[in-house]
Amino acid sequence: MDNESMGFNFNSLTVHALQEQLQSGATTSVEAVTSLLAAIAERDGELKAYVTLDAEDALAQAAEADRRRADGEDAPLLGIPLAIKDVLNVTGQPCTCGSHILQGYIAPYDATAIAKLRQAGAVFVGRTNMDEFAMGGTTENSSLQVTHNPHDLDRVPGGSSGGSAAAVGGGIAVAALGSDTGGSIRQPASFCGCVGLKPTYGRISRYGLTAFASSLDQIGPMTHDVRDAALLLGAMAGVDPMDSSSVDCPVPDYTAALSGDLKGMTLGLPQEYFVKGVDPEVESAVRAAVARCRELGAEIREVSLPHTEYAIATYYVIATAEASANLARFDGVRYGRRAEGATDPIDMYGKTRAQGFGPEVKRRIILGTYVLSGGYHDAYYLTAQKVRTLIRRDFEQAFEECDALLSPVTPTPAYKIGEKVNDPLQMYLGDMFTATANLAGICGLSVPCGTTAAGLPVGLQIMGPAFGEEQILRVGHAYEQAEAGS
Amino acid sequence: MSWIATIGLETHVQLRTESKMFCACSTGFGAPPNTHVCPVCLGYPGAMPVMNRRAVELTVRSGLMLGCEIPLYSKFDRKSYFYPDMPKNYQISQFDQPLCEGGGVDIALEGQPPRRIALTRIHLEEDVGKSMHFRQSSGVDFNRAGVPLMEIVSDPDMHTPAEAMAYLVALKQILLYAEVGDCNLEKGNMRCDVNISVAREDATELGTKAEIKNMNTFRGAFHALEYEIARQIETLEGGGRIVQETRRWDPDTQMTYSMRTKEDAHDYRYFPEPDLMPVELTEAQIDRWRAGLPELPAARRERMVEEYGIPPYDAAVLAADKRVGDYFEAVARQSGNAKASSNWIMTEMLRLLGEQELEISEVRVTVEALAGLIGLVDHGTLNSNSAKDVFAELFANGGDPQAIVAAKGLTQVSDTGAIEGLVQAAIDANPQSVEDFRNGKTKAAKFLVGQVMRVSKGKANPQMVGEMIERMLS
Repeated sequence: MDNESMGFNFNSLTVHALQEQLQSGATTSVEAVTSLLAAIAERDGELKAYVTLDAEDALAQAAEADRRRADGEDAPLLGIPLAIKDVLNVTGQPCTCGSHILQGYIAPYDATAIAKLRQAGAVFVGRTNMDEFAMGGTTENSSLQVTHNPHDLDRVPGGSSGGSAAAVGGGIAVAALGSDTGGSIRQPASFCGCVGLKPTYGRISRYGLTAFASSLDQIGPMTHDVRDAALLLGAMAGVDPMDSSSVDCPVPDYTAALSGDLKGMTLGLPQEYFVKGVDPEVESAVRAAVARCRELGAEIREVSLPHTEYAIATYYVIATAEASANLARFDGVRYGRRAEGATDPIDMYGKTRAQGFGPEVKRRIILGTYVLSGGYHDAYYLTAQKVRTLIRRDFEQAFEECDALLSPVTPTPAYKIGEKVNDPLQMYLGDMFTATANLAGICGLSVPCGTTAAGLPVGLQIMGPAFGEEQILRVGHAYEQAEAGS
Repeated sequence: MSWIATIGLETHVQLRTESKMFCACSTGFGAPPNTHVCPVCLGYPGAMPVMNRRAVELTVRSGLMLGCEIPLYSKFDRKSYFYPDMPKNYQISQFDQPLCEGGGVDIALEGQPPRRIALTRIHLEEDVGKSMHFRQSSGVDFNRAGVPLMEIVSDPDMHTPAEAMAYLVALKQILLYAEVGDCNLEKGNMRCDVNISVAREDATELGTKAEIKNMNTFRGAFHALEYEIARQIETLEGGGRIVQETRRWDPDTQMTYSMRTKEDAHDYRYFPEPDLMPVELTEAQIDRWRAGLPELPAARRERMVEEYGIPPYDAAVLAADKRVGDYFEAVARQSGNAKASSNWIMTEMLRLLGEQELEISEVRVTVEALAGLIGLVDHGTLNSNSAKDVFAELFANGGDPQAIVAAKGLTQVSDTGAIEGLVQAAIDANPQSVEDFRNGKTKAAKFLVGQVMRVSKGKANPQMVGEMIERMLS
């Protein structure tokens, strides 16, 4: 893994380090992007993290950033290259969502998060692979290509933001954006050994994020360290008139919260997240991280989230119900791929969607249609909403006595490509520690906490209350710094 | 044993807002296809709706005008079905918690006591695009997609096509008074669907209903109901049964045709719209909106009779269109002659508007001009025949009546000396008529008046002429 080029080591180059180099004049955005493109060319053949790369456009953006700097501008992310999950709309770029059905679609507008990053000076280098419409945990559900785990090419990078995770973890991105509906940022981050943040629901505008499950989706950063996650969160957070679910809550300087210690903090261990079925190597890595947090001054306390066992069922009812409506718009009428040879509109829908969607997307649309249909709506959808409230209350109670909760991100490290493809139920269970944060609308952070004997990364999940990003970033940062220094 | 029909109406009204329900696109009518569109109203990936507060206000305003309860909490839901003119293949609508509940519309049919048709609810939703079919292909114009649409649902509370018509007319009048929409059926900014069933008069349960769509005029709705009632009765009397279905009215054949039966009915799979927050109103907000409501048409009719001393018939005609009523009241106040104001508007004005298919808002006769014209007649400056000429000129080209009178030399001659000379000349020239008059033929006096008016080119004051002839011959 040698991604050194022109003095850049993209295996560890952070946004804040590059920021300093650009500000000091030690390098330019064009130099950074040029060598990043070289690193991608060298490594992405085996990782297959990127689905779209437009080198010319990326270099033009970098040159523009250098010009702005020469003119005396110093926007916070000026000239910083970012990889963007292929689920976000960026003007003039394709946005396939990993699906054949969006073949040929070119986004006519910027997602709000993208517009904010553009304003802050970021350079959009390329688009990363994902499970089709963010449905999956391995990126094997992409219709475009299979992405490989940079730590073991035979293994999955996780998903659905697997392309972004593999790019950051594999040293071919400085930082990336993902989206997280049930763990799609945190789980691939943990599989690929990078940091992933799912912010509180409503913290970052969803406008321009192709919707999977509207009440669960959030955009978030995937980075080499916690400071970068704090920087990117600050650049994207804030209320947006285009997203009614975004919340008008002040955006602090998240990097100011990174104090380096955990004195006075109480961290909870939800007993339901340390259960049989968790891989022993994962559990011991997480327990070691917990011990480290205690050393850093935190008080550790056992807590209970009693409705955890219902989370997966609840999640899959709500997420698929919303998805069944959200994905109805992909019909070949206005954009994307349209099937040939249809005899009437309904036939056209049938053929277009039969050809355009992959099996997992179809499975979830059918599930979601079923749980909303007449006669079943109350038993499934309404019940799930009630349980969702109970899960939210579990967290509210836990956060009455804790500043944050610590747990594994996933029960296991990355598995082999193809290993679980034919066992969706087993795959769904992998979401059990992450989907709860989406159901409760709270924030969660995944931070690397060591590797298994086989060298596979393990992630520590730090969950915080709604708009408690400062707390979880502080915990993640203190832990990360302590590990780096030991 | 005779049959009784039961009718309920679902009326869609496009609201008069500048921008669409969930985006900033214009609601303007008649633009080239697909020019009033954006990622939101085209259902692009990632686009999200933002609620138009004005549309909420106009819906609540309609509800207040119609006596509805306004719940403080209301929400939007997704209604799923596939159709090419629906950009997202779900419509953002309201399922179980609409903006307005209950309410009613008062109707009065001739020879029957007035009654109130109960409303079930009013909810707010987005309109869909418009499919267009060509020889080899079809297209969709999405300019209309996302225009705010209010749906007013009546209870199954009407029993004859005449009642349904009266309901629609009264509803439209109230909505025009509320100034919430244009309510033009031909332009499609007001549309109605009907639910109809028939049952034996003594039956305790309603019959199986059919829903009828595609009625583009009030008359169409009337005929569709007449046809459908007859069809259902005939079917039942012939031993058949009515199936629950949706039928389409064909104005060319004047018949209804089955579109789909209950078995193919949509399962709309409603669930709360996660992209929008619920609508939460306060009592204070609703009170403010209530305080800004205009008078209801029925109240205005009563007030006009009382305040202006005009007959109830005049009041009904003038108040039928709010803008005509407003025009009348302004002219009546300014001229001080309500009866003359009413006469001018009801006869000349409405006739010419009808002939030329104009709206009162397009008329060139200003309130000041009509009041001025009435004043000229009242002061004896102008006789009524000349006044009609002046009105015609005002209607055609606008302007100031005084100036028109001066330009055309129409000032009435009321000078006794001048008239006396003309009368004497007429008496001298028509001895036969003078004799006829003296023999009791009063008609002869009218002939003499006519002669004077002809000689004066219509300028003599006809009343003075008549009086003078009678005096001089008696």
